[in-house]
Amino acid sequence: MMATKPSSLATRVKEQPWGLWWLQARRLTRIEVRRNLLSWRATWIYFLAFIPALIIFIHAVFDSHARLQMTDDSDVLAGIVQFYYIRLGIFFGCLGIYSRLIRGEMIERSLHYYLLAPVRREILLLSKFAAGSISAVALFGTAIVLDFILMYGPFGSVGYDYVFNGPGLGQLEAYLAIVTLGCLGYGAVFLLFSILFRNPMPAALLLLGWEAINPVLPSLLQRISVASYLRHLMPFTVPGDGIFALLTVETEPVPGWAAAVGLLVLIAVVLSYSCYRIRRLEIRYTTE
Amino acid sequence: MSEMNDRIIFEDVSKFYGEVLGVNRVSLSIPPGITTLVGPNGSGKTTLMNLMTGLVQPSSGKISVLGFTPDNADEFFRVVGYCTQFDSFPRGLTGWDFLFDGLTLYGMSEPEAFRLAGEAIERVRLGDAAGRKIAGYSKGMRQKIRLAQAIAHHPRVLVLDEPLNGLDPMARAESLALFEELGRQGMHLVISSHILDEVDRISDRVVLITGGYLVAEGNIHQVRQEVRDKPMQVLIRCDNPELLASKMFAVNHCVEARLHGDGRGIFLRTRDLDQFYTLLNGIAAEGLVRIEAVAPADDDTSAIYNYLIGSDGSAS
Repeated sequence: MMATKPSSLATRVKEQPWGLWWLQARRLTRIEVRRNLLSWRATWIYFLAFIPALIIFIHAVFDSHARLQMTDDSDVLAGIVQFYYIRLGIFFGCLGIYSRLIRGEMIERSLHYYLLAPVRREILLLSKFAAGSISAVALFGTAIVLDFILMYGPFGSVGYDYVFNGPGLGQLEAYLAIVTLGCLGYGAVFLLFSILFRNPMPAALLLLGWEAINPVLPSLLQRISVASYLRHLMPFTVPGDGIFALLTVETEPVPGWAAAVGLLVLIAVVLSYSCYRIRRLEIRYTTE
Repeated sequence: MSEMNDRIIFEDVSKFYGEVLGVNRVSLSIPPGITTLVGPNGSGKTTLMNLMTGLVQPSSGKISVLGFTPDNADEFFRVVGYCTQFDSFPRGLTGWDFLFDGLTLYGMSEPEAFRLAGEAIERVRLGDAAGRKIAGYSKGMRQKIRLAQAIAHHPRVLVLDEPLNGLDPMARAESLALFEELGRQGMHLVISSHILDEVDRISDRVVLITGGYLVAEGNIHQVRQEVRDKPMQVLIRCDNPELLASKMFAVNHCVEARLHGDGRGIFLRTRDLDQFYTLLNGIAAEGLVRIEAVAPADDDTSAIYNYLIGSDGSAS
């Protein structure tokens, strides 16, 4: 009996309707992206994503662009990513996007239509996560690319050289990786919050506080943080002058790949727990 | 097919919302046909339906629908359709989008989903309104699109929570005809409704529930038998109702008499139906009163509901 157990488990796994699940996941993701990406309700999230681009545009129009100034502007861009996007923009943007996916539908009393479809709840959750991630990455990724163009475009040929023959493109890739991992990381956490809490905002504010103090915590606790992993992916360290010094704590350097893998493991753990919770989710709109 | 796989089965099911009782120790075995859940507001009808479809989970006990459980959503929701009482929809959709999007999740091809969505819209007679945003629908149209969504995938079990709410008389009659047709096709229909008179006409059986407790269940006439100790009302059409009433009141099991509005009949309420009919036969044989017709006047869901539960919702 004992000898047959592993093979029967493998057979059971093979017998699962993976093709159907994949089809359902694709269709659910498509439906969710269509319903949520282009929505007037998301205006404030567009604002969060594109406000730096607006500021950089004003800077591009009114300030001079001497060659020596480009280093300063690179520092400013790194600061925008590290201190604005990671700490605030992506954080609150993902809170708006992902917490709506479950809790928003509970408030609107429409989640039951999905729960009455022949779709496993885990597939539903992961599809909603995929749809939220596509929306968030598309939005913040576009914003970062726009920031980059507006920052280096006004330098003309010097800016072109910096981007295509210098370190510029590598920095852009790093920023896009940070944005993607940031959206996935915060997205997974806020999706879980939206299953666990009727109002995810207090928990989100606690998380914001946790992320702020995380750099001064012991290294084991630092692993339970999205921002700490993202910091290690920055292409260069932002100088900690002035107000930035308050937000910058020097931590033990971690290789970029290790930080990325660490964050992906954290995301997998959070999503696994979310899958477990959504199986027990009950529709009781009257208590919402 | 075993009996287990042809029935909706509740085995000693209880549901508590914190310390609030939803339903308590309910055991039911519902065969195919139309079953009506009857009970006052807050009696546990919707909880029973939500338990049946996995929207809430039992605190104890087991539920299976044709041998399936909601844990296995892939199979369960292919055989079950549920038209809930929640009058809400995902934002920004047309009736058509709402149906089509839902059907694509069954794994069928898009042309097939297209065909089934069209068929469901036709069945509920929603017509051209399907192309409009649901936000602009009347209450009756919203009810219809929800019904269409519940039946579009051709389920074997259809659960309908107050399906006649918001419908005008014509739409109610159409819906009832549709339910009757689905019942005739061998489907399980579980319906809760406050419009008892209408649902009663098409029901095969009734489940009476109040305060989370099952009070009675079964064929409407069987349930009536369970309450034999309650006075039963009979309408007797005859040429001399006053004389008949005086004769019938000579025995103590007759407790109430009321003249019919047209003066050509009388409603008599009796505690012993067998003795009542024996006596009536004797009076007819004597030739003092010419009896034209005799019919039970409260052998319906509404009357049973009032007997067992009472107008205030407290079980007697």
